[in-house]
Amino acid sequence: MTVGFKEYCFKKSLWVFHFGGASCNNCDIEILDCLTPRHDLERFGILLVGSIRHADVLLVNGSINRRDRERLLELYNQAPKPLLVVAIGACGCTGGIFAEGNTFAGPVDKIIPVDAYIPGCPPKPEAIIAGIVRLTSKK
Amino acid sequence: MAVNLFYFFIFPGLLFMAVVGGLLSWFDRKITARVQFRKGPPLLQPFYDFFKLLLVKETILPKHGSPFVFLLSPLIAVFGATMAGVFILLPLFGINTGFRGDMLVIFYLLTLPSFSYILGSLASGNPLAAVGGSREMKLIISYELTFMLIIAAIIMKSGQHFDLDTVIATQKSGTPFIGSISGVLLFIAAVFCIQAKLALVPFDMPEAEAELASGIYIEYSGTPYAMIKLAKYIMLFILPAFIIALLMNGMSPGTGIIWAVLKIIGVVLLLTLIRNTNPRVKIKQASSFFFIWMNLIVVIAIVLIAFGL
Repeated sequence: MTVGFKEYCFKKSLWVFHFGGASCNNCDIEILDCLTPRHDLERFGILLVGSIRHADVLLVNGSINRRDRERLLELYNQAPKPLLVVAIGACGCTGGIFAEGNTFAGPVDKIIPVDAYIPGCPPKPEAIIAGIVRLTSKK
Repeated sequence: MAVNLFYFFIFPGLLFMAVVGGLLSWFDRKITARVQFRKGPPLLQPFYDFFKLLLVKETILPKHGSPFVFLLSPLIAVFGATMAGVFILLPLFGINTGFRGDMLVIFYLLTLPSFSYILGSLASGNPLAAVGGSREMKLIISYELTFMLIIAAIIMKSGQHFDLDTVIATQKSGTPFIGSISGVLLFIAAVFCIQAKLALVPFDMPEAEAELASGIYIEYSGTPYAMIKLAKYIMLFILPAFIIALLMNGMSPGTGIIWAVLKIIGVVLLLTLIRNTNPRVKIKQASSFFFIWMNLIVVIAIVLIAFGL
């Protein structure tokens, strides 16, 4: 019972921290679209927070190059657990067109464990919402 | 002793204030969402947030800084808010606390959460938190004088009575203080003071989501952050309740309870609308706003009170 209550509270109140790697900004714009009046993720209790210490979900988009890799690892270690990681966009999931680039340091799941992938270049806000709903109904 | 513990922990203390404050926090977020043409969070959202932080999330201590003060300050915040709330709500519910001068005690207890946020932010060893802490200090210096003058004006208006019980009784036997010109001026100043005390948007430079990444709370996670949320919920309830007691007739039994609830909701609605229709000001602008304009308004109100208006 208590375990169910804890998980229920966690799923109903996901606070999102957004990490943009070497992104082309399309995914960033689509992520911000989710919080605008048309899609309004706050009705599921999802908020965008400014500090990694408050985060429950780490959204990672953009191709991760060698410098981003260190920052991403640092952020992942600074975050309070349990933490869900979501890779957004083709670059976050697989590397996309940068996969064979010189400075590319691997897709997100080579660096930190990833709980959900939302592919697309960029994914639609509806796809992001669907991904997050799948994420909350998975556990 | 047992009665006092009941007052502190159950009613009108911690539990009651936390539940009502959480509901008011939902109201604030829902109205914000409606103003922005969004749907808004579900009714129990503040409680989901609180229990998630309390039960699920890990607590991380800062590497550089003082862990003891860092962990103690949220508890001081909750204690100060609850204690002030008990002293405000007992006279409102018609239970006489039986000591004179409790308005001054309430005034000092209400500053305790802000001070503890400063302590916690400076103990966390984070530069952004330090900037937030120094802004919070400047903000306190700005609004405290105005708040003190408001309380002084209320004391003067009620005929040199220092206790909240008599202030409410004076209003009930006559007219509410807000029914006069000086009362309206005091209400305007008090609403802005509360806005600054709650660190809502025109005066939210200590948190400043966009520039300081939630500033004074940046290093808090897990249980201490849940305590800070709890203190914020409680403050969102007791400060409007304090205005109700000081200016708007308090609460009378029977149908008066509905009126009191409507008055508190009205004040919170006003705060939310101010929050949603204003941009964040600079700390210098906030200081001059309180030092010059709000103090001027309260001094005019005091002069009017001296002439019996």
